[in-house]
Amino acid sequence: MSVLLTIDGNRVSVPAHTSLLDAALTAHISIPTLCRHEDLQPKGSCGMCIVKINGQPGFKRSCVTEAEEGMSVFTSTPEIRDIRRGILELVLAAHPADCLQCIKHGKCELQTLAERFEIRDLRYDRYARGLSVDKSSKGIVRDMNKCIGCGRCVEICGETQTVASIFFRNRGADTIVAPPFGKGMGDSVCVNCGQCVVYCPVGALYEREQIDEVWKAIDDPRKTVVVQIAPAVRVAIGEEFGLKPGELCIGKLYAALRAIGVDVVFDTNFSADLTIMEEGTELLERIAKGGPFPLITSCSPGWIKFVETFYPDLLGNLSSCKSPQQMLGALIKTYYAERSGIDPANLVSLSVMPCTAKKFEADRPEMNASGLRDVDYVLTTREIARMFRQAGIVFADLSEKEPDPILSGYTGSATIFGASGGVMEAALRTAYELATGKTLERLDFTQLRGMRGVKEAEVDLNGLKVRVAAASGLGNARKVLDMISGSSHRGEPSYHFVEIMACTGGCVGGGGQPLPNGLAKRECRLEGLYAEDRGLPLRKSHENPEVKGIYAEFLGKPGSERAHKLLHTGYSAREGW
Amino acid sequence: METTFMTSRDTLLSALHETQSREKGKSWITDGEALQIARRYHIPLAELDGIVSFYKMFAREKRGSHIIRLCDSLSCRVRGSLDLYHHVRRKLGIQAGMTTPDGRFTLEIVNCLGACDKAPNLMIDDSLVSGITIGAIDTLLDAMQEAEL
Amino acid sequence: MNEKTRITQFAELEAPLDLAKYIESGGYQGLLAAMAKTPDELIGIIKDSGLRGRGGAGFPTGQKWESVAAAKEPYLVCNADEGEPGTFKDRFILEKAPYLVLEGMTIAALAIDAHQGYIYIRGEYPEIAKNLATAIEKAKAGGYLGNDILTNGFSFDVAVRVGGGSYVVGDETALLNSLMGNRGYPMLKPPFPTEKGLWEKPTVVNNVETLACVPIILACGATAFSSVGSRDCPGYKLFSLSGHVATPGVYELPMGTKVREVLEKAGGVTGTLKAIQIGGTAGPIFGPVALDYCLDFPSMRKVGGALGSGAIVAINTSVNMAHVLEVTMRFFAQESCGHCFPCRYGTRQLDYMARRIALGSGRADYLDLMRETAAVMVGASFCPFGQSVALPLTSLLDGFGDEIASFITEQDYLKEVEA
Repeated sequence: MSVLLTIDGNRVSVPAHTSLLDAALTAHISIPTLCRHEDLQPKGSCGMCIVKINGQPGFKRSCVTEAEEGMSVFTSTPEIRDIRRGILELVLAAHPADCLQCIKHGKCELQTLAERFEIRDLRYDRYARGLSVDKSSKGIVRDMNKCIGCGRCVEICGETQTVASIFFRNRGADTIVAPPFGKGMGDSVCVNCGQCVVYCPVGALYEREQIDEVWKAIDDPRKTVVVQIAPAVRVAIGEEFGLKPGELCIGKLYAALRAIGVDVVFDTNFSADLTIMEEGTELLERIAKGGPFPLITSCSPGWIKFVETFYPDLLGNLSSCKSPQQMLGALIKTYYAERSGIDPANLVSLSVMPCTAKKFEADRPEMNASGLRDVDYVLTTREIARMFRQAGIVFADLSEKEPDPILSGYTGSATIFGASGGVMEAALRTAYELATGKTLERLDFTQLRGMRGVKEAEVDLNGLKVRVAAASGLGNARKVLDMISGSSHRGEPSYHFVEIMACTGGCVGGGGQPLPNGLAKRECRLEGLYAEDRGLPLRKSHENPEVKGIYAEFLGKPGSERAHKLLHTGYSAREGW
Repeated sequence: METTFMTSRDTLLSALHETQSREKGKSWITDGEALQIARRYHIPLAELDGIVSFYKMFAREKRGSHIIRLCDSLSCRVRGSLDLYHHVRRKLGIQAGMTTPDGRFTLEIVNCLGACDKAPNLMIDDSLVSGITIGAIDTLLDAMQEAEL
Repeated sequence: MNEKTRITQFAELEAPLDLAKYIESGGYQGLLAAMAKTPDELIGIIKDSGLRGRGGAGFPTGQKWESVAAAKEPYLVCNADEGEPGTFKDRFILEKAPYLVLEGMTIAALAIDAHQGYIYIRGEYPEIAKNLATAIEKAKAGGYLGNDILTNGFSFDVAVRVGGGSYVVGDETALLNSLMGNRGYPMLKPPFPTEKGLWEKPTVVNNVETLACVPIILACGATAFSSVGSRDCPGYKLFSLSGHVATPGVYELPMGTKVREVLEKAGGVTGTLKAIQIGGTAGPIFGPVALDYCLDFPSMRKVGGALGSGAIVAINTSVNMAHVLEVTMRFFAQESCGHCFPCRYGTRQLDYMARRIALGSGRADYLDLMRETAAVMVGASFCPFGQSVALPLTSLLDGFGDEIASFITEQDYLKEVEA
């Protein structure tokens, strides 16, 4: 059912229950807001989106008011503009005026609206909140001096991710968002997924930067900087330079990394293929042994901390495989060091990730297979883009370059690791062929693709109906886990193999990806990954010649002792609540 | 986890009151108590702290053995609450929101105690003291000091 | 005047918790009468009585009950979160006549078929909360509450829940949030609590005084109740008188009584009257012109005010109006819940400016800026709390602006305060 109404003189027809804010968009009117985000529940906090409805007293918040038949709505009267300017002045009086130094400069929703409404002078006396900046976390910095209290982070952390590491604290003008016990994010149950960073309209939550350290390493002649690039970065980094979301930029990325002085360029996609070999072997072993089921993937470090914190009983179900980042990091400090004759102590292992949790993962004490850190520095997609800009690189115009050989070749299976369901799809392509000895006719497991929270499929492996699921977003993970916990009491496993990614849509929507990073953007990036997969000559991990090579030359066979030492890890329960 | 059943949330504020003043002279909720309550009610800790910090009567940091809540509503103000405040401030040597160095008293300003007919009012812990004068407040505080010596 | 319809007739008992004494003095006659009626009849009687909610909004009580009549097991909540500064009439009722409120709740429960009720009482009333729990136990033991009330087959239980110190929680949606163990944020209306309230079930929230009127209406009849007061707004009303009056206290007078007469009941103003605040901190501060205002919901609305809770604070010429401005703005800043931006930041700025003025370090443009801030808050605050700041603020600036402005020029007022 649809309703017909008038917005600023435009006749529009929208489905019943559409908010006036969304209805106005159909008339090409973007009503300003500081708290509403299309991916989240409307909150009605900021008051910027007020509109006048003919015949009704006062003003109504368009984000929480539904369009009704025959309404006549005005979105920008002189009174409304005055009120909006008034709200902005009030917010700005409490907000640090350090826009030029702010990480969100140019991407800040408050700054954008202040500019839009010509807030040039403040009549109010400014005041500083004087709160200390929380740098306790490896992944995320929390600066409550800048918080405008929109509540998006509280929703994404508490409702979408069901982590609830932060919540509103205090009341009135003292309201902030905080972890419990007056502690920092680093001491909380925060899993570093960075979704709060994605949705923060201002510079109150942002990634912990490591750019300076990386420049130092690059500039140090004794050091050989070796970089790896995660699958999801290649279809997103172009957005930082005016290219379309989903546009494949891997050749430009290799070129830009060389241009800023990185010595060796590898690709995490290589170790994604390697992960499939190790994890596929693990799956086939469990099938042979009859469990424990389901095997659950372990690539997503936000997910790993989540399960350690909230579902320690399921730690035995996790694959012992390190994530592709850590696998490649370990191989750089061992295999590559050996081959190149470089002292591993002089190798700097750098990774470019779509993810803030990868910073935490690289810092985990056990991630030192070679005796040195597997990965020394993790930069997000946004950070590496900043480095390119600092170096004056005109990214969009770069000619494509190749990576260094050995640890960079990849198949289509690897590139779809950046998509929710991709690890599962890649694993099934390989597991099927290894288990049955037959060639898989149809490689695309479309039922495992897309933005849906939980996706399921069933594959016949030598007569065993293998049931698999892929969940993205930790709230969806929780649903699957609760189902698993419930079914384990009844004998029959609900699933044999489960893929979980902390962020909705998978790594394409990671906390380190270019902003804005909403669900619509993520879909475009997913499309970019599947397009690359389709176009690659090799699409199955076990067909990757470099992967075959490293087993022949260095690792032995999947699941070997050396593979276990370098490529596998363990987990431990963490204090919950 | 000592308790796994979930207690109905409508009793949460009452439980916070009870926990806060479980022992004589204690007027705040410790970390351990917050953790227990969070588990009992299945509330994430961050949310529990968020709830506690919303309500002015609860504290998560150590407060004095006695809470003096001095009312400064309009009704009390026009009957001398400001003078009372300045007197108590000087006598105890603390501003509103602070605790005496000996940990005996915390001074708070509240917006109405609902006894405006007998203004000015204050509450010491759970007891309402109405129609208070500077002399009466001295007697009261001195008696409390002595009682504890 | 029908003295039988006064709440205060039950407030003279020496032992308010003595159930037998309450019954002896006419208590539980209303419930007995109600037991013989159908829910529809009960709602009809309350509608006929013209009873309006005594919490502040003045919504017709019968209509509120009727809106949950079709609901299955709605909740009944007694709002005893009396936080409005200058108001102490609910304390008065709960201290002096707790059974009257329980009786009113039981009748309301019969009318809407509720089986669980809550009394949400503010944390600043711990003694009363304890006494209420005792009264509930005694009423249960006496067969007036709990299972199979008066062996009539109807069951209704009441639980006391204590608040934690928040003014905004007096708003019914915020109260429900608080009752559900959340931060006391107001919720968007619609849906109204009568559609989606406690635990998402239809819920009637009634003020203490409203519920105290109910047994009286049942015992004396709707006509007797509405024979007192004004036509649009019948019945007696409890007024809380404080400030500069000779004998402050709770006075029960018919709705529509003039401010002058109410003040006279309290022995008149001490000193020379300068200003009167009516309805609580969220109400305007009038000059002596308000002496002739009639105290009921529609009449007060007509003069740009609100009856609110029925609080009346008399202010004589010894009071500096910068004090009043400062106290009032501080109240708003301290009690703002912080959910919406206009109120969260607006109350902070208003408090700051008012305090600077009172301390003699204000600026001349503050007065205009305060008005404009209030206009933003009226237009864009999420709930009535933020919108209501304009009433006291603009009335103070309109009526006493020159006096307040003089502090800004003289720059010496109250400097000793910080010393």
